[in-house]
Amino acid sequence: MAYDYAKYLRAGKIPHIWCPGCGYGIIMKSIIRAVDGLGMNKDDLVFTSGIGCASRLPGYIDANTLHTTHGRSLGFATGVKMAKPELNVIALGGDGDMTAIGGNHFIHACRRNIDITCLVFNNYIYGMTGGQYSPTTPKAARATTSPYGNSDNQFDIAQLAIGAGASFVARSTTYHAVPMEKLIKQAIEHKGFSVVEIIAGCPTGYGRKNKLASPAGMIEWQKANSVNKVQWDKMTAEEQAGKFPIGVLHQEEKPEFIEAYDANVGLS
Amino acid sequence: MAKAEKIEIYVNLCKGCEICVELCPVDALEMKDFKAAVKDLDKCIACMQCELRCPDFAIEVYKQ
Ligand SMILES: Cc1ncc(C[n+]2csc(CCOP(=O)(O)OP(=O)(O)O)c2C)c(N)n1
Ligand code: SF4
Ligand code: SF4
Ligand code: SF4
Ligand SMILES: [Mg+2]
Repeated sequence: MAYDYAKYLRAGKIPHIWCPGCGYGIIMKSIIRAVDGLGMNKDDLVFTSGIGCASRLPGYIDANTLHTTHGRSLGFATGVKMAKPELNVIALGGDGDMTAIGGNHFIHACRRNIDITCLVFNNYIYGMTGGQYSPTTPKAARATTSPYGNSDNQFDIAQLAIGAGASFVARSTTYHAVPMEKLIKQAIEHKGFSVVEIIAGCPTGYGRKNKLASPAGMIEWQKANSVNKVQWDKMTAEEQAGKFPIGVLHQEEKPEFIEAYDANVGLS
Repeated sequence: MAKAEKIEIYVNLCKGCEICVELCPVDALEMKDFKAAVKDLDKCIACMQCELRCPDFAIEVYKQ
């Protein structure tokens, strides 16, 4: 029997709006398998998102969903989690949504260590608005706003999350559909703020301008340039150049925000 | 080696991105009229990679 994705999808919403070969459909399937694998009840599950192609995802999922304003996925997620801590809250958004306009919300949610799962879909570009460079666009890469190549340095989302205090940080790619599913499960199960950065291809906004127009080629690129964390730690700086580690990059136990808050105000 | 009994392709959902065709390790799929199609079911090793990586719920592999 084929995998029953339909039970977590809103009837009549597929086909989705994403372009042919957009990596987001692969991520959506990994997310569904993760929550299904954990046996999660749709009524106890909340998805929030900001604005962008990535942020369209909650519209397809048959759970409690909030498609909010640009960069504010985590603001709404925090409100939901504070009001109803028993719910599982997954806040998602693109690289632009989470690290440009929503960058402040992102670092402070990490610092706060609130028990929310944050999924950042990193396609290195503002996909929805036509391919402007984002904080994760590689240096020298082309975007509609950098026709001569990007002059800016790139944010490393996972490192940013670790530095800001997130207690679980992982990275995956759309090549690694099954490992991605497992990391999302681990992130959901982790108590505290967990971040999974997911590298995805945007053939339309990024690929076409950067000689990576084929969706399969973008997935092959992810395979060729990602290195498992265990192996990564044994590599020299020269060997690591141009590549990125995947897997669980950071995990620690530390006080969770709502528990600390409740203790402070005498609720527990 | 595992085998597939059937590969179902929903042409109404397929957006013709070619991910499944290009990433199949044994060249069991092909493009036909801008949609994915089965080229040789006997070659398929039921690795499930096409189904896992199709962004559009358009291909399903039924193992033998
Ligand atoms: C306040 C505000 N500013 C700007 C925009 C325009 N806008 C819509 S989506 C987007 C960027 C989305 O990029 P990203 O978060 O990386 O998502 P992607 O489309 O790549 O998935 C921008 C700038 C907006 N909708 N609202
Ligand atoms: S513009 Fe890019 S991110 Fe948006 S749907 Fe198309 S391929 Fe996906
Ligand atoms: S991966 Fe899916 S959408 Fe893309 S060509 Fe294959 S069946 Fe069609
Ligand atoms: S299951 Fe594997 S071998 Fe069979 S068609 Fe799909 S990718 Fe090819
Ligand atoms: Mg983006």
